[in-house]
Parts: sequence; C-alpha cells; structure tokens
Amino acid sequence: MNYFNQDLASLHADLVAKKVSAKELTQATLDNIKDTDTKIDAFLNLNEDAALAQAAKIDEAGISDDQPLAGIPVALKDNIVTKGLTTTAASKMLGDFKPVYDATVTEKLAAAQMITVGKTNLDEFAMGGSTENSAFKPTKNAWDQTKVPGGSSGGSAAAVASGQVPVALGSDTGGSIRQPASFNGIVGIKPTYGRVSRWGLIAFGSSLDQIGPLTHGVKDNATVLSAIAGHDEHDLTSSTQAVPDFAAGLNDATSVKGLRIGLPKEYLAEGVSDDVKTAILAAADTYRKLGATVDEVSLPHNKYGVAAYYIIASSEASSNLQRFDGIRYGYRAKDVQNLEDVYVKSRSEGFGDEVKRRIMLGTFSLSAGFYDAYFLKAAKVRTVIMNDFKTILKDHDFIMGPVAPTPAFGLGDEIKDPITMYMNDVLTIPVNLAGLPGLSLPAGFSKGLPVGMQLIGRPFDESMLYRAGYAFEQNTDFHTQLPTLGGQN
Amino acid sequence: MNFETTIGLEVHIELKTHSKIFSPSPVAYGAEANANTNVIDWGYPGVLPTTNKGVVADGIIAALALHATVEQHTHFDRKNYFYPDNPKAYQITQSDKPIGHDGWVEVDVDGVKKKIGISEMHIEEDAGKNTHERDYSYVDLNRQGTPLIEIVSKPDIASPAEAYAYLEALRQRIQFTGISDVKMEEGSMRVDVNISVRPVGQEKFGTKTELKNLNSFNYVQRGLEYEEKRQQQVLMAGGAVQQETRRFDEKTGETILMRVKAGADDYRYFPEPDLPALNISDEWIKELGDAMPEMPAKRRERYVNELGLTDYDAMVITQTKEMSDFFDATVALKADPKMAANYLQGDVNAYLNDNHVDLQATKLTPANLAGMINLISDGTISSKMAKKVFKAITAGEEPKAFVEAHGLVQLSDPAKLQPIIDDVLDANPQSIEDFNNGKKRAVGYLVGQIMKQTHGQANPQVVNQLLMAALKQ
Repeated sequence: MNYFNQDLASLHADLVAKKVSAKELTQATLDNIKDTDTKIDAFLNLNEDAALAQAAKIDEAGISDDQPLAGIPVALKDNIVTKGLTTTAASKMLGDFKPVYDATVTEKLAAAQMITVGKTNLDEFAMGGSTENSAFKPTKNAWDQTKVPGGSSGGSAAAVASGQVPVALGSDTGGSIRQPASFNGIVGIKPTYGRVSRWGLIAFGSSLDQIGPLTHGVKDNATVLSAIAGHDEHDLTSSTQAVPDFAAGLNDATSVKGLRIGLPKEYLAEGVSDDVKTAILAAADTYRKLGATVDEVSLPHNKYGVAAYYIIASSEASSNLQRFDGIRYGYRAKDVQNLEDVYVKSRSEGFGDEVKRRIMLGTFSLSAGFYDAYFLKAAKVRTVIMNDFKTILKDHDFIMGPVAPTPAFGLGDEIKDPITMYMNDVLTIPVNLAGLPGLSLPAGFSKGLPVGMQLIGRPFDESMLYRAGYAFEQNTDFHTQLPTLGGQN
Repeated sequence: MNFETTIGLEVHIELKTHSKIFSPSPVAYGAEANANTNVIDWGYPGVLPTTNKGVVADGIIAALALHATVEQHTHFDRKNYFYPDNPKAYQITQSDKPIGHDGWVEVDVDGVKKKIGISEMHIEEDAGKNTHERDYSYVDLNRQGTPLIEIVSKPDIASPAEAYAYLEALRQRIQFTGISDVKMEEGSMRVDVNISVRPVGQEKFGTKTELKNLNSFNYVQRGLEYEEKRQQQVLMAGGAVQQETRRFDEKTGETILMRVKAGADDYRYFPEPDLPALNISDEWIKELGDAMPEMPAKRRERYVNELGLTDYDAMVITQTKEMSDFFDATVALKADPKMAANYLQGDVNAYLNDNHVDLQATKLTPANLAGMINLISDGTISSKMAKKVFKAITAGEEPKAFVEAHGLVQLSDPAKLQPIIDDVLDANPQSIEDFNNGKKRAVGYLVGQIMKQTHGQANPQVVNQLLMAALKQ
C-alpha cells in the first residue's frame, strides 16, 4: 500500500496509534522507491541501514502527540550534506564524497525525528531546470516519463509526486524548488532569503540560495518549513526573525476574504502558454469568489531579471566552485604532471558542460574591465527589481502568477539550447533576486501535465502565502489528483 | 642626474585573537599539522564563514592608533586565486571599503620630523602553508584563517631610512594597542616592499620593483638602499627599470632577480555574499578609543617634559608598552625616574637579552625595582650592593627583606665609622704624610682600607667626608 496519499497529520496519527510502525513505514518506503525508481530515477542513493536503524529506535522510544514529524520518511536533495552519507551534488566531482558533518537542515530533521531515506537527483550543483544536467542520470516527470521533472530539484519533486516519500527538501536559487513542484503537480516553497540556514547546502549562488520543502499539500509544507527554519549561528545570513507555527492557522478555507492580490501583467505576457494563462486566470477568479480582490499590477523590470540573475548567480558560482580543485577532497585527475595539471584536468574532467558554462560566464563577469558593466550593473538591476516588488506589496497582500511559462517539456527538448532553458526561469528568478518567499502549488492541467501557480509574498510573510495557498487548495481539487507512474498504482 | 625615491610598504600584522577570523578554530602555534582546523578552514562543501567580532574591534583599534578614519559601513570581499594553501580558492579580505583609511604616523629621521601617510588598512584572513618533500607536497591549514591587518602606506616614503623609521613607528604604535605582538622574527609582522626612483622633476613615478625576503627592519633598509642605487645606475646607464620581483640576499646585501611581472593579476574581487555588511556604531568606536592606552609619542613627551628624561632615554623606554608601563608603575612608587630609566635600559635589558625573555615573562616587578631604587636613594645600600639586590629581585625577592637578611645595609652612621677611620689613620702614618705632601692618591688607599675593615658596607660618601675632615685637621 502507499502510505503517502494521506497527509502528514493522518500519517502521524497512524504512527501514534501504532497502525504502522516507523520501521514498517521506512521499509515500505525503501521497497517502494526501489520498485518505482526504475521508472523515474529520482534517487541517487539510499540510506537503507541507517534509516531502518533510526526507525527502530524511534519505535522503541515511541512517538508522542507533540512529535508531528517523528518516524516520517524524508528525502534530501543531494546538494545538502549528510554526515557519512554520500553527497554528490549530482557531480562527478563529488562522486564518492562522504561528508564529515551534517547540514543544519539535516540536523533539524533529525531532531524532529524524520527519517532520511535517501538523496535525490538534481542538475549538477543545482544548475539547470530539467535535472538533465545530473552527471549520473536524468530524472523523469512523475506524470509522464517522457517529460522532464523540472529542476534543479527534479529528483525531490518527482519523488514526492510519485508517492515515494511524503516530503523532500530542495533548494531554490532561481526557481529550482517552485518549477519542479509545478511540473510535478505538488507544493513547493522558496522561503524568504535568510529564513532557512544554508549551512551545509553546497553553495551555488550564495546570495540567492534557499532550502525549502516539497510536499503534496500546503499544510504539510507549512509543517515542515516550521521544522527547518530559524536563525543559525553558522549562517550569518540567516534571519533572527521568529519562526511561527506556519501550519497552526491553516483551518479556514475562506481566509482570503478581503485580501488584495496583485497579478502582474508581465506574468501573463508573451511566452506564457495559453493553458497556463487559463489556469492562472481561473485561479484569480477562485480568489475573487472567495472574497479577495485581484488587481492587474506591473513589474516593469521583470524582463531584465534573467540577465541579471545569470550574471550574479554565475559570478558567485564561479567563486564558490573554485574549492573543487582536486587537492583536499573530491575528484582528482589521474594523469597529472604538476599543480596546474591537477587544477585544470581535475576540473575539466570533474565538471559537466553546464557547470563549466556558468563558471566561464561568472568568471568573465567578474573580470577586471568587465566587472562594472556586468556584475555591478546586474547588482543595480537587482535593486530595481526589488523595488518593483516592494511597490506592489505595499498595498497588496501577495502577488500571484504562473511558476513557469509552460508545463513540463520533453526530455532532450531544451537541453541543447541553454538560452531557452534559462528563459524558463523568467517568472521565478525575480523572486530570488528580491529575496522574497515564493510558493508553488497545483492550479490546473494542460494535456495531462500539471500547471503550477506561484504566490509571492512580503519578506518573512510565508504565513500569508500558506494561508492563501491553503484556501485555494480547499476550494479546488488539483492537488488530489495523482500520477500513475506508467499505469502502476 | 639627481633622483628622488618613492617607497611603498605593505605591512601585514597578525592579530592575537583566540580564534580565527571566520571560524572557531584556535589561533595557536606549534600544533601538529592541521590540528587547529575544522570544516570551515578546509573550504569544505557547504560551509559558511562567521565573522569574529574581536577582529573587527582590532581593526578599529588599529585604525584609531594610526590616526585613520574608521569606515563605518564596510563589508568583506572575495579575492579569487588558486593555490593549495588557499582552500576555498578565495581569500576573504576587504578591497572595496577597507575598515580604515587615510591615516598617518610621524617619523623622526636624524632630527627631521615627517608625517608618513597610510592610504588604507583592511582586515583579512591568512593562508595555510605548503611544504614540499621529494615526491610529495603537503598542506598545513593551521594558519589558514588567522586574522591579519594589512596596512598600506601612501607614496610618502622617500628614503630607506624613512622606511625603517616608518616601520618602527608602526610597530610601536600597534604594539602599544596590544592587538599584535608585531614581531618580524616570529612572523607576526611581515613587510612587502616596493621601490621606484625617478629623475628629480619627473612627474610620473618610475617603474617599481618588489623586494622579498626582508625579514628584519634592518634588511628592509639595506635591501632598499641597494635597490635604490641599482635602479639609479640602470637609469644613468640609459637603461629602463623592469617591473620585477627581487630577492634580498642577507649575505651579500644585494637584491637578486626572482621573476619579471607580466601584467597585473586579476583577482576578480566581489562582495562576500556569505557575510552581512558591517555597520560600526559611533558608540563602539568611542568605547574602543576610550580604552586605548596612551601612545608612545605621548608618553615620550611626558617623560621628557615632566620626568626630566633625555629624548634618547624616553625613546628606549617606549620601545614596548610593557617596558613603558613598567617604567610608569616604578615611578608611581616614588622611584627616581632617571634611575628607573637607567636600570630598565641597563641591567633589566641586559637581563632580558641574556635570558631571551620578555619583560612580562620575568619575576621582575615595578614594586621590587622601585623598592631597590629607593634603598639606593636613601643611602641604605650602595650601587655596588645594588648589583646583588638586582639579582635577587630578578628571582622575585623583595629588596628590603633581601638586604636585611643578607646584612647588606650600608654603614652610614658617622659615630660608628669614625673609630674605624681613626684606627686606619693610626695604622697608616705614611699615607697621611703623603697626603700632606699633595699626593691625592693616598686618599684612595685609605678609603680602600676603611672599606676592607667594614667588609664593603661603609657608605663611600660618608667615609669620604669623615676622612677628608680628619686629614685636614
């Protein structure tokens, strides 16, 4: 049986009532992953022995009412370090890398007694929007295995959507949680920058990266975010803002009454497919019916977001990824004569094409003579985009729009064309540049593929997004529809 | 042809914090390779730096000590380059907005006073160390992340002697703040030097060369003197100075070409995204400024004007804060300032040199030194006896107790001395006759005899007085 068609609260109730033990649940999860992953390739490695041992311990101690996540399986995107458990960032560079420490989120999940069953696939170092840039294998969309699952958290999204795990963590630098959530018909949040500690997240774009949960429903998502958020002394960019119990207030399906919602016209502009537009306009009607107002607003500088993002993120990445030099850990080329060889050959052989492309882009943008025209200019654009959002959010409670211009595209369709691939992120990237929270949730279907809606809020106002997301979810049935993994159910 | 010289100095000063600038690893020496490291120091995947507030405080203190403006809204930058001792392949430093700028120190070269400008000072992390053996190279990251302050001079230094004086002034002022040991021989102060010469009247600076392996202030001056002459000779012979790095050879005093510089390195500086910007409050600056000790120049002024020391004595006493503090404490206990200065420069310094220790590591205390000096001043002991007492106070003994225990008290009572003098005179009629015949040497002989009779404890001044009085009778 698949336990994960129920939400975390009922799963928790079953565990407390001992209808299922943590060990049985973990074993069933591992068995199911082994069975179904041949179709979707969501996982890079499993944590079998440790997971079962942890589950046994939890059973022994018993699960009480105030441990809502105890004994529940979770999967981590493989750019989040796990002590003793291979962490690859889907790169040959870290093919057999076993970290000696845990990320803060890993520790927090362990403290909540969630059971890490394995590590999920991603685009190498989280660079990509289809998970095809994994050095090991492409992951497939849970709804149609000829389609991409999105990326870079494609493994986490496909794993949750297909019922392999009820919760997975992803990371989002330019849309890497929201877009795969959208492509797989599930809920994903990119929290406010600073909401979740980045300690132990293998850095891509340090000023943009955030970890967030992917789940089936809004409430589950809120529950997990509360568990992983908060200030961390290891990460000075993490906020000291208090972390509310995000799920606690989510009981009222009509709580959007009187809210003002902004719908940017740029978010329904050229390039956004008709089915996506239709779904978002229908969602706007749903909100209106629930008593909210939806205004057309404008993010006039949205179109510069992608360019600014690829300069900033790549610049930071070019520096962050320099540590992979073949000296202390990770891949080292065999046939080397001198130090220069160690660097050049290890990095040439260890990194994939997309990573190299971004390292070159970033290195160029930071070079003497180009810095002002590229990096500095991009930083200024970032401020302008931030101000666009600020202006709208002054008198709107949140912004709604699509997550991606289209539903999931076919495997191999866009991978050869980086610019088309980059343009996929046009609606998610500005949110990272502005450091705002962005929630992706199911809002429709297009030819059998899920279409996602994005809600964008004020800094640290994830509560508002969950409230609006929950109300939408309670008044629609998109989230109840599940993929069948090629006919198997 | 007449030339003028322009010298630039970049001084790295290692701070004495307990932990590293961006990680909680200890800053300590002599540990086994990589013992004082953690995942942050390794540049491990997923790690983040955290700023040691004490290092920022030290940066502010250094800025204040060098009359620099503290940059209150500053941040860290990344300097990118690959090297095995640089595990992240970037150094976290400050490029855009250094914590201090536009400072100065005053130097005195042959009686001429001059202000040397400091363009900027920034806080940054040190790299690890690479070592090489036959078939292997090793990386030790213990030093990685040790906090440094880099201090960059303005092109105001016009001679090797000024360079020496600038370094000495920097060293002293920083030493007084207590943020660093500033010892070149221990690597807590390191100096990179560049020098150029140009014909007098030429507007453009000459091409500069960089000098390496300058491990003492002396070598800095000697290396610069050699290089100054070499560049002048190149120009006079119609040649052009090349932009190059040269190594100072301690044995020959010459500089030797190491490598020619081809273009500038591109370090691709950009703001460190992992660390929030620093906002330094007026209150914090004031608090640190108020807690700063009196600087050496101020102390020298006070010593000369209020305590009557010579310029030279004042200069020697203010070499280190410890010595100067010791002097102040000794004088505060009513010791004669000149005697205190003399003892510190003489016996105390000799003792420190002989035993290779710092003042603060000895058992000497201002109280005991003052006690000894006061015993000399009030005539209780002679300066000759004081030699024994000094030895005792270096072992931590209390001078008065020592003097009493060893019967070192000087015999100054005329009533006790007179009979002894009379006895000696009675026994030496020949000497009296010699004296009366104008032979002054006879006095010395008689004093010697009196000292012998008193086992050296007679007060020479009192003996002299009484003896002369007796002889002239």
